[in-house]
Amino acid sequence: MAEFFTNTNLGIFLVILAKTLLLILPIVASTAFLMYGERKIWAAVQLRRGPNVVGAFGILQSFADFIKYIVKEVVFPAGADRVVFLLAPMISVVMAVIVWAVIPFGDGWAIADINVAILYVFAVSSLEVYGVIMGGWASNSKYPFLGSLRSAAQMISYEVSIGLIIIGIIISTGSLNFGDIVNAQKGNYGLLNWYWLPHLPMLFLFYISALAETNRPPFDLPEAESELVAGYQVEYSSTPFMLFFLGELLAMVLMTALVTLLFFGGWLSPIPGISDGLLWMVGKMFLVYFTFSMVKAITPRYRYDQLMRLGWKVFLPLSLAWVVIVSFLAKFEAFGGVYARWAIGG
Amino acid sequence: MEEMLREYLPILVFLAVAVGLGLVLILAAILVAVRNPDPEKVSAYECGFNAFDDARMKFDVRFYLVSILFIIFDLEIAMLFPWAVAFKDLSMVAFWSMMVFLGVLTIGFAYEWKKGALEWE
Repeated sequence: MAEFFTNTNLGIFLVILAKTLLLILPIVASTAFLMYGERKIWAAVQLRRGPNVVGAFGILQSFADFIKYIVKEVVFPAGADRVVFLLAPMISVVMAVIVWAVIPFGDGWAIADINVAILYVFAVSSLEVYGVIMGGWASNSKYPFLGSLRSAAQMISYEVSIGLIIIGIIISTGSLNFGDIVNAQKGNYGLLNWYWLPHLPMLFLFYISALAETNRPPFDLPEAESELVAGYQVEYSSTPFMLFFLGELLAMVLMTALVTLLFFGGWLSPIPGISDGLLWMVGKMFLVYFTFSMVKAITPRYRYDQLMRLGWKVFLPLSLAWVVIVSFLAKFEAFGGVYARWAIGG
Repeated sequence: MEEMLREYLPILVFLAVAVGLGLVLILAAILVAVRNPDPEKVSAYECGFNAFDDARMKFDVRFYLVSILFIIFDLEIAMLFPWAVAFKDLSMVAFWSMMVFLGVLTIGFAYEWKKGALEWE
């Protein structure tokens, strides 16, 4: 029986399918609770109660929302291109889901353990822009059109600095595989060996860029209600709207995973001597997610020109300079090679 | 070759499952929900009056500029990836040629900045 799953094509395929479902279903289901948790956090910050009717403490609120989405009418605007109109949320959610194929939750746990993993993540998250642009264009309505333009420009602006920050990390590890990146952060001093310390300036830049890349507050310009209603989602209703929403939420959870893997040692234990594992990874992701929620609760929204200035005139030069600084420090063993040994392990 | 294809097979499976998920959810709403369109409901959203013209209008050239700049810098990053992966084994020539390349790009970036391509007043 075991041979069937390791030697025959059908068996291998079935194993992969089972693994895929085992990863996708919990992640999609967890977004329901993440959404609930986020609403509770905002409510607590604003001294409200938040959802508290459906289920104990309102814990089933997201499932009630889900049922409501399903029974709502799918409205096609009069001038809309119907195919593109439905394709846009599909692209948004498909791109957000397939990224997870290369994200490992433990040592060697990545379902697709490819050697260009981080390049793949970078490429697929670039494609997410298409969902936004197509959604705005297909609606044939002014608010979605302007919202999608803004959204797309914002996403691609911050992608440049995310790319450069990743380059800095890769110089330290010499590999594009997440498993190698995390294992390179292993050391005798626990959390002091992780990249958040040698790459500290880039942690802040990456964190803020991640918020901007996923259109999160304080950079939720496309959804600035007072200006653009709901941006590219204005004409959407029912499950197509929910798919956009799901895609955005999954993209944000992905960003928590990236922050964890690149800067906080993934599944490594922070204290030497305690075993590593899945729980560390998930716990760190929850912590980062909590800070994302708190940022949404406590910061006022940026203006669009400030956002673009921050992206192009501050983040891009800083991250480019950091790539040069890191490579010089590493190549010429500056400071007696201390930094090189710390950040590169060489 | 076989080994490499096997590594990438899960991505294909992920793609199929993701498309399935999206299709099921959209079809569920189309099948379950009542559809009752009327002219007011399907008209484009505006602030209270009918739309004057088609929404696919001319837009600010700066969005175009931003996407051109994005392509330049994204290509630069694509060039940096293999260089960064092989960093430990790089010769001095390889190291300095990338520094020169980055220098040239920085000059271009400074020019864009000075010309005002990055201004959003």
